[in-house]
Amino acid sequence: MQITSPAFKQNARHALDDAQLQKALGNVRGGFIDKRQKAVDALPEFDALRDSARDIKNHTLENLDLYLEAYEKQVTAAGGHVHWAETAADARRIVLDICRMTNARTVTKGKSMITEEIELNDFLEAAGIQPIETDLGEYIIQLRGEHPSHIIAPAVHVNKEQVEADFRRVHNHLAPDRDLTEPETLLDEARRILRAKYFEADVGITGANFLVAETGSSIIVTNEGNGDLTQLLPRVHVVLASIEKIVPTLNDASQILRVLARSATGQDMSVYTTLSTGPKRNGDPDGPEQYHVILLDNGRSSMLGTEFQEMLRCIRCGACMNHCPVYHAIGGHAYGWVYPGPMGAVLTPALIGIDKGGHLPNASTFCGRCEAVCPMKIPLPKMMRHWREKEFERGLNPATQRYGLGIWAWFARRPWAYNLATSLGIPVLGMLGGRNRRFSWLPLAGGWTRHRDLPAPDSRTFRQQWRERDAIKQGALS
Amino acid sequence: MSPRDAIMTNIRGALAAGGSDEARRKAVEARLSRPPKGVIPARGQLDDEARVELFCEMARRVTASVVRVRSHDRVPKAVSEYLRAKNLPSSIRIGDDRRLKSMPWDKFGSLEVRRGPSDGFDETGVSHALAGIAETGTVALASGKDNPTTINFLPEHHIVVVDAKDISGDLESVMGRVRKKFGKGEMPRTLNLITGPSRSGDIEQKIILGAHGPRAVHVIVVG
Repeated sequence: MQITSPAFKQNARHALDDAQLQKALGNVRGGFIDKRQKAVDALPEFDALRDSARDIKNHTLENLDLYLEAYEKQVTAAGGHVHWAETAADARRIVLDICRMTNARTVTKGKSMITEEIELNDFLEAAGIQPIETDLGEYIIQLRGEHPSHIIAPAVHVNKEQVEADFRRVHNHLAPDRDLTEPETLLDEARRILRAKYFEADVGITGANFLVAETGSSIIVTNEGNGDLTQLLPRVHVVLASIEKIVPTLNDASQILRVLARSATGQDMSVYTTLSTGPKRNGDPDGPEQYHVILLDNGRSSMLGTEFQEMLRCIRCGACMNHCPVYHAIGGHAYGWVYPGPMGAVLTPALIGIDKGGHLPNASTFCGRCEAVCPMKIPLPKMMRHWREKEFERGLNPATQRYGLGIWAWFARRPWAYNLATSLGIPVLGMLGGRNRRFSWLPLAGGWTRHRDLPAPDSRTFRQQWRERDAIKQGALS
Repeated sequence: MSPRDAIMTNIRGALAAGGSDEARRKAVEARLSRPPKGVIPARGQLDDEARVELFCEMARRVTASVVRVRSHDRVPKAVSEYLRAKNLPSSIRIGDDRRLKSMPWDKFGSLEVRRGPSDGFDETGVSHALAGIAETGTVALASGKDNPTTINFLPEHHIVVVDAKDISGDLESVMGRVRKKFGKGEMPRTLNLITGPSRSGDIEQKIILGAHGPRAVHVIVVG
């Protein structure tokens, strides 16, 4: 997909003006937050489990090489194949090789952000292989020629009327009087169409929520069951996962599963948690004949040992974006690449470069809700700040911002100059504010005043008021 | 350098600061051979009867239906009652599970019992679970000829039989059970943990049952 993160500001502008999108985003602000809170309140151990989950991932990352080795050994012992891919292009090539080896014509896909990251669908289509998304949301956006706008609710930006129009456009067998006005009837239609596709497909591709070193299992967590049919019915199952998906043991996976579904959808447990280990065994009446895992690095190993290592704990639950006022306002597409919201604001610059993703960590007021709800306790605001520092170090932000920060820094290091400037400036501004005590325009403050008035300051500076407050306190004490 | 070596070299380079290799190796081996249990919610840590009751309650909360019967002999009757109540054809699909096979299905003369994996044309499938998880109302099913995985996903209705004695309080205990049954580090091809019927919230975040898997899950607890 084309990276539009450098145009974040224009993207955000369009998103704010898009009435359809704004209506759809109401569904994010509503459901997710309450459901999560209810599930969290019902589990007294939730916070202790977050600590446990964080510690498990920290331990895993510190020993990532060893756990990857152990995992590989177990997959191979179970009759599966492990492939290693340094880059997106390597991973795509491996998928294509597997498809060619099995003469695949169609491929069904479970929901997977990693296949979005490596742009697998376009690549397969260009190679003459038809990829079919089977998650309802993914299926809808595939029909629309779009990309997910949310990591667990990919079509959250779409309204049901739009889905009906898309189905009528593509499913041309539909009678005009067939009722497709409600989510129920739309789902029935998708279920019928996709059922046939599962049986036709030669290869099924899924992502993985976890890879378990103890057993060589890949785990997927879904509600629809599409990921299961995708890996159960075709002859070949391909798992595409990035290297940080490893957890040591089944118990470790269990600990993290407890915080995953609650944080994502407010369920205690998703409907289907499926552990897959190797191809079908002797005597098994169903299941794939081949089981492949592609372990993708694509920039992860370069995050290890840096201030962004903690981002590798992310389990892609979506809680950070569900609670983000910026995401609520602009949706996921404005972020301009695969991963939106606060986790995207940290991960995107790491994967595509701060030169392209620099706007994202700046699109935050550091309100801290993302960190407060993150089941893995990832310090997202802190890492966004690290990106801002990197951006500044590399001189990537605009000249006005750099000069502004330079002037600020000069004053901040010289309290006498700061005092002088503010005690002269504030009363003047206070006077200029006039009777309304507000500015609708100020030089160099257009970014603020275009959307709202700036209140005129009180006639005294903050420091003056603070000193007075201290003096009163002292007086009261004595 | 192979891609594997390149990735490993990168990882090891980045981790170089963190402790000796020997100490790391020991810590990893220890965790893999004796997996720590972690934080176990008090919710499921109950006596036998209360645990089974919690399982039933949690399964109902995720819109599964649940009945309890005294013994395996009574399962066919419970199945046939379910089929009648839902107005379903008198036909089920089952695998080779010994417990399921030995049930007196022929007492219900009109009930057709088809054996083997599902071909996608079964209205109702019946599986025997390996275990139940009380904290979430989840059933655990292992793949294989006894309970083919297609039965878990293709029929419109999935009836799951679980023995009360196999219901654990928490997920970790079931993982322990799996280790014991299949051997440490060994797994069935697929282990399905199923919590209620299939659903989707992908259109306007409205939850609808019956996305791609069964529209209804009916749990029969034995004992």
